[in-house]
Amino acid sequence: MANITSLRCRECSREYPVQAINVCEYCFGPLEVVYDYEAIRKVASRQRIERGPFSMWRYADFLPADYNPRIDINAGFTPLVRCYNLAKQLGLKELWIKNDSVNPSYSFKDRVVAVASAKALELGFDTLACASTGNLACAVAAHAARAGIKSFVFIPSDLEAGKVLGAAIYGPTVVAIDGNYDDVNRLCSELAETYKWAFVNINVRPFYADGSKTLGYEVAEQLGWRAPVHAVVPAASGAMFTKIHRGLTEFADMGLIDGVPTQMHLAQARGCAPIATAFEEGRFVVKPVKPNSVAKSLAIGNPADGYYALKTIEASRGSGTVVDEDEVAAGMKLLAQTEGIFAETAGGVAISALVRLARSGRIKPDEPTVVYITGNGLKTPDPVAGVVKPLRIKPTVASFESAMAARVA
Amino acid sequence: MSVTVRIPGPLRRFTNGMEKVQAQEGNLAKLIADLDSQYPGMKERLLDDQGAMRYFVNVYLNGEDVRFLQGLDTAIKTGDEVSIVPAVAGG
Repeated sequence: MANITSLRCRECSREYPVQAINVCEYCFGPLEVVYDYEAIRKVASRQRIERGPFSMWRYADFLPADYNPRIDINAGFTPLVRCYNLAKQLGLKELWIKNDSVNPSYSFKDRVVAVASAKALELGFDTLACASTGNLACAVAAHAARAGIKSFVFIPSDLEAGKVLGAAIYGPTVVAIDGNYDDVNRLCSELAETYKWAFVNINVRPFYADGSKTLGYEVAEQLGWRAPVHAVVPAASGAMFTKIHRGLTEFADMGLIDGVPTQMHLAQARGCAPIATAFEEGRFVVKPVKPNSVAKSLAIGNPADGYYALKTIEASRGSGTVVDEDEVAAGMKLLAQTEGIFAETAGGVAISALVRLARSGRIKPDEPTVVYITGNGLKTPDPVAGVVKPLRIKPTVASFESAMAARVA
Repeated sequence: MSVTVRIPGPLRRFTNGMEKVQAQEGNLAKLIADLDSQYPGMKERLLDDQGAMRYFVNVYLNGEDVRFLQGLDTAIKTGDEVSIVPAVAGG
């Protein structure tokens, strides 16, 4: 059984039994899972984790659902790649990429949905659903297929074709909505009142969100049981950003790492940057915006965890960075062409934020830094389509040589 | 009594389980006062001690977030639909 005892409101601390609810009925504050840390402390050790499966379920002691191999699609334990070329360009000595673009459905959302779907089955649901900017739809549809249950994914109708296909292939009912993500989300929270489905980011959200803690655990383990000095993280709702820091903090509390020096840097693109803008303006109140950004997976204008993300920035002495829209594609190309990793637009945002933080001296050369790449570039090819310009030749050596000569000239 | 208000699950215990209720036109502040007189207790769920909208409550007028309109001063007329929706995360 999972080491959890109840759900608790983050605002007023009222407690609720473990069930599929996400909002405190007194103050509307978000509910969070309460863990039995005494029970976890008794069993948790580096050796136990190292003996576990090569997936995020090696951290099952810290997760709110039980490991269920029947529905597991092997999310997590993705590569932590040491970067030499990009590091050199930026004058950094120890730079790492957490490459979560190589999850089973090609984004970090497999981590949260792995937990949400396991919990949904424990709670007796027969249908998974979500409001999505794309990556979540892919993860929900994939996990539902594996679990043999139905799924409904609700998306904005202007979503990238790669993400729609990446979800549709698993056989869900895809509902494309004439509106932006915030419209989709509002509709789904109303539908969740009527349809008794597990909406992963709504009624089972307290469990779902904790799947992102594994992004903190994994980096700590892969760095040789230590936390980095800097983490650069793209943000939409801000939930993953806060959970990465929570994961690191839990590991320190359980004695698995020595401490958490990690400064959390949040990255957003100009066309939808409500959290980073609040940071720049020194506010804790996030003003909702109407998204208009090429980074669609970050296009949440009304981020539910924005306030908590700002608290995490404050507690960790981190920062928020807004990058320009043209830096999104530039960041994607820079990472691909220096390190061989093709990130989606959100990754371009993170890389460009890293560039700004390094150039400004905010990240110093000796400080170990991890950048989180949370989705795969093949899902969002449009912003970098201009890189495709092959040499067109006839199948002869002469044709090749003349094309090469023209290229040099 | 001609504005339809959609009530979210956590507030339906105030409305005897009803998903939709009717309220007076005017502006959002008046509409909330009217809801509270019909269903006592509703106001303190929606507004904080200073009378501002609670951070985790979203109110939509015909699908538009009132934060993009005039907040509590947003004018509401007969035939409009108001939705009260808890904030949710996503991605």
